[in-house]
Amino acid sequence: MNKKIDTKINIAGIEFKNPIMTASGTFGSGMEYADFVDLNELGAVITKGVSAIPWEGNPTPRVAETPSGMLNAIGLQNPGVEVFINRDLEFLKQFDVRIIVNVCGKTIEDYLKVVRALAGTGADMLEINISCPNVKAGALSFGQEPKVVEEITKKIKKEAKQPVIMKLTPNVTDIREIAKAAEAGGADAISLINTITGMKIDIWKRKFALANKTGGLSGPAIHPVAVRMVYDCARTVKIPIIGMGGVESGEDAIELMLAGATAVAVGTSNFYRPDNAIRVLDEMAEVMEKQEVSDIKEFINGVS
Amino acid sequence: MAEQFYETAKVISKEIIAKDIYKLVLKADKIANSAKAGQFVLVYPHLSDKKLGRPISICDWDKDNGTITLCYRVTGENTGTREFSSYCENDEVRILGPLGNGFPMADGNILIIGGGLGIFPLLGLSKTLTGKKTIALGFREEIFLMRDFNEYGDLIVATETGITDSFKGNIVQALREEGNRYEVIYACGPTPMLKAVKEFAAEQSAICYLSLEERMACGIGACLACVCKSKEIDGHTNVKNKRVCKEGPVFEAHEIEF
Repeated sequence: MNKKIDTKINIAGIEFKNPIMTASGTFGSGMEYADFVDLNELGAVITKGVSAIPWEGNPTPRVAETPSGMLNAIGLQNPGVEVFINRDLEFLKQFDVRIIVNVCGKTIEDYLKVVRALAGTGADMLEINISCPNVKAGALSFGQEPKVVEEITKKIKKEAKQPVIMKLTPNVTDIREIAKAAEAGGADAISLINTITGMKIDIWKRKFALANKTGGLSGPAIHPVAVRMVYDCARTVKIPIIGMGGVESGEDAIELMLAGATAVAVGTSNFYRPDNAIRVLDEMAEVMEKQEVSDIKEFINGVS
Repeated sequence: MAEQFYETAKVISKEIIAKDIYKLVLKADKIANSAKAGQFVLVYPHLSDKKLGRPISICDWDKDNGTITLCYRVTGENTGTREFSSYCENDEVRILGPLGNGFPMADGNILIIGGGLGIFPLLGLSKTLTGKKTIALGFREEIFLMRDFNEYGDLIVATETGITDSFKGNIVQALREEGNRYEVIYACGPTPMLKAVKEFAAEQSAICYLSLEERMACGIGACLACVCKSKEIDGHTNVKNKRVCKEGPVFEAHEIEF
């Protein structure tokens, strides 16, 4: 990126060299992408969700393509926090990049175990995944009930040694209520949106495209939903927002910042353009040059 | 770790080799230079609503000319593969590869078994393996790439309908009737065929390498979509799942469970 422009942003007292992050679950722990992306150039890597013990995830097929997007039902397969700390985190610590660890669980105690294990490990922030549509506690995911969100946020904040980001689901009637609950619980930031629950049926076989039947929709198809929800939340809470959902280009990222995001995560597009996070950054710099914007923070909440 | 390249390839030629089946030769120097038999590439459509790369096995490659040959079936109208079939010479397309582990090289009395579209990665394998080879190919109704395979070993062909002097039935039945024994077996094809090959190889106490297929998104081991069940806990995933795109697509038959 052009050195004359200021791309730094700040969330919960932590400085990021630029607002571009990689969305959880789309970038592993960066290891697989290091051939295509200089991890040192990213604002942050948000890792794939990690749980207290290893999770096998869902049966296959786990993905299906949809118009301008995809459905996934991976089921948060992960090696567990112990392997994650010793291998993935050690790998990421070699780079000059902020590390945000995505934390998942099936019970509050599960989340707390991971949060405790991550204390003092070099993870800069924690992103709490209370919104995976493929893992459920009862009928709803944790993130669909404002009271539960507030309670879980409080409990995590009490034990966390790093700033806490609550990741919100779009699969609710009014996401502002959930954002307020996270803020009331003491969250340092919120990130949104996770995937939108969807389904695909093969009409020739009369079978579900995914073994899990339902999955999370992501990709450019959901970008306008993300813009709207970031906008709504930015006008409801004071804590910073990490915006995500179908970001493919620099323009998409700037759109989310104008709607109110302080930082932006690039997700599904990593899958089909392995160098895309860097491409998004370069395109943002081009727009800044054209619009004569010298400080990237100018974009935050810049819509009128 | 083997290097992978994200490059813009140029179309050298395209031809139709059977109904809905195309052969595409691409100029992709880096990938051609490091490709191994059994590896694959992701080919990204230009279509704005089709985002994911299509995994296509590398059928053949030419280091000197920097080209790779891909064979694929067009899966329908408005699909990525339909788009690929419309390419002309000098058209450009983004590709990622070479992906996956590829077939390990072995010697001895070798049997190569392919079913349907699964025969494509076996052409490069047949070409690379030295020594005595039997190549067994199973098709539904239409036979393709026969002449190419014929150069590299003794052929056994089976079809559902028994056309053009082929064995009528499935390819594993054909091999049982033939009754020969093999030391190393390589196979790629539909899952029911692979299951039958696994049994056939066990009966013969042959070393057996199977190339699997699964829906995937990233092709490089990050999305964890394309896993298969493994017998033991995998060193990377730390669960009984192996990534088809990374630890595979080729596995020793005893490592995996169907």
